[in-house]
Amino acid sequence: MAKTIKEINEKIKNGKAVVVTAEEIIDIVAEKGVKAAAKEVDVVTTGTFGPMCSSSAYFNFGHTKPRMKIGGGTCTLNNVPAYTGLAAVDVLMGATACQDGDPKNSVFPGAFKYGGAHVIEDLVAGKSVELKSTGYGTDCYPRKVLETGIKLKDMNEAVLFNPRNCYQNYNVAVNLSDKVIYTYMGTLRPRLANANYSCAGQLSPLMNDPCYRTIGIGTRIFLGGGEGYVVWQGTQHNPNVRRGDNDVPQVPSGTLAVMGDLKKMSSDWLRGASFTGYGVSLTVGIGVPIPILDEDILKHTAVKDEDIVAQVVDYSVAYPQLKPGSLCEVTYAELKSGTITVQGKKVQTGAMSSYSKARKIAQLLKERIINKTFYLTEAVSPIPSVGSDVSVKLLNEKPIKHKA
Amino acid sequence: MLKKRIVLTFPPSLVSQPITYHLVKDYDLMFNIMRGVITPDEEGRLVISLSGNKKSLDEGIDYLKKQGINVESLAHDIKWHENKCTHCTACIPACPTEAMSVNRETMEVTFTKEKCIACELCISVCPFKALVINF
Repeated sequence: MAKTIKEINEKIKNGKAVVVTAEEIIDIVAEKGVKAAAKEVDVVTTGTFGPMCSSSAYFNFGHTKPRMKIGGGTCTLNNVPAYTGLAAVDVLMGATACQDGDPKNSVFPGAFKYGGAHVIEDLVAGKSVELKSTGYGTDCYPRKVLETGIKLKDMNEAVLFNPRNCYQNYNVAVNLSDKVIYTYMGTLRPRLANANYSCAGQLSPLMNDPCYRTIGIGTRIFLGGGEGYVVWQGTQHNPNVRRGDNDVPQVPSGTLAVMGDLKKMSSDWLRGASFTGYGVSLTVGIGVPIPILDEDILKHTAVKDEDIVAQVVDYSVAYPQLKPGSLCEVTYAELKSGTITVQGKKVQTGAMSSYSKARKIAQLLKERIINKTFYLTEAVSPIPSVGSDVSVKLLNEKPIKHKA
Repeated sequence: MLKKRIVLTFPPSLVSQPITYHLVKDYDLMFNIMRGVITPDEEGRLVISLSGNKKSLDEGIDYLKKQGINVESLAHDIKWHENKCTHCTACIPACPTEAMSVNRETMEVTFTKEKCIACELCISVCPFKALVINF
């Protein structure tokens, strides 16, 4: 029954492709079995909408008259510093950058009301932001100061670039200590008062293609409401971890690097997030289509929340001090029920990623494919999978020798 | 730990009484005076924020009423901006009264204003500033 992506695209073009979401496929497989479902279904759509700090956008502003070299100078957008170590009018805004003068955690816990992620959101929403820049001046770029309002539509290029996204599974964060802690997994109240998680489970892209058989470099995706591509494996990509019988990792594992045209995105699917006491992050909507090329690929897309486990980790000591192991394992079905049991105690759960938005993304992507506005691409190169030599290392610190 | 903001109106006979001392000593409540107008032999008004557990708060407020003090809630409430909410559910474990709740089928968050005691615990845990306090 093996199909090809070319054949599936032909079916999309003829309005004959059968496209279902990663939730819908579960019932289809339960009813018809893997074999019949693999024959019938052509594409399964996935979705995720969670905060990812490793997010950024780069811009080309267009040249000023006379010319100015922002590269090597300074640049802020709405008072948030952008990285200028690029060409004359190319800058990069990182999601976690804080406004100049933000007290950060010197007034603990910091509120982190506005940062790079919010600049990206405001630009995508069509708002004008304040661009302030200084350059050192050269013969070819004589101008030294620039202050102007700028909108996304004024720029030449504006590209969202996430060195890491779509984490394949993630920790459930709890706090065993006696005081409140503030983390990227939200506020964790003392003595196991709450448990926070951040994954769309059965809807999450890499949970549905756990060994990256179809998702690779060049895969076209739904990104921030527009379109983007998988451009590399993400940073900290770690395929060789403990996996279940269903091949799904039981600890944080694979990641994707993605990019796409920011001008075609929407602030419904790209939102700045402020984590009290931690910092700013960008919540990014991503949907990945999985072409059903054979029964093995289909079987993996039918994964259910009750069959995916995550590790419960103490963020007061174990996480910051890198103590291995976890307190226990829970399933995403348990997490989504609102309560899990840790060390005999019932603990209320909250998520950092939105399941309802993930569901909408999978639905939107399905509609785009059915409406022939989204075609699948063949990966030009796979990303490292199980058995590759890719693994995550800790930093091996070495003393710096100071020259006399 | 819950927080309640109340407006106290004292009759002239009570202006010289150490009312707030009893709130601390007898009911283990922390208080923060936000505004106060107290003149001897005249009516006094005090806007305070009381923090403590629910039982102490209820008993403390009951004590104030029994002293003949008029106790009113500060006219403020929590507003949920649905358009800013991403339904992530970060607020759910923070809310002590289930005013913020999730439909487990749709996984969407809703706010039931009647259940909200304006303790403000949800405000700082919402990454999207969807929960704000209105005065």
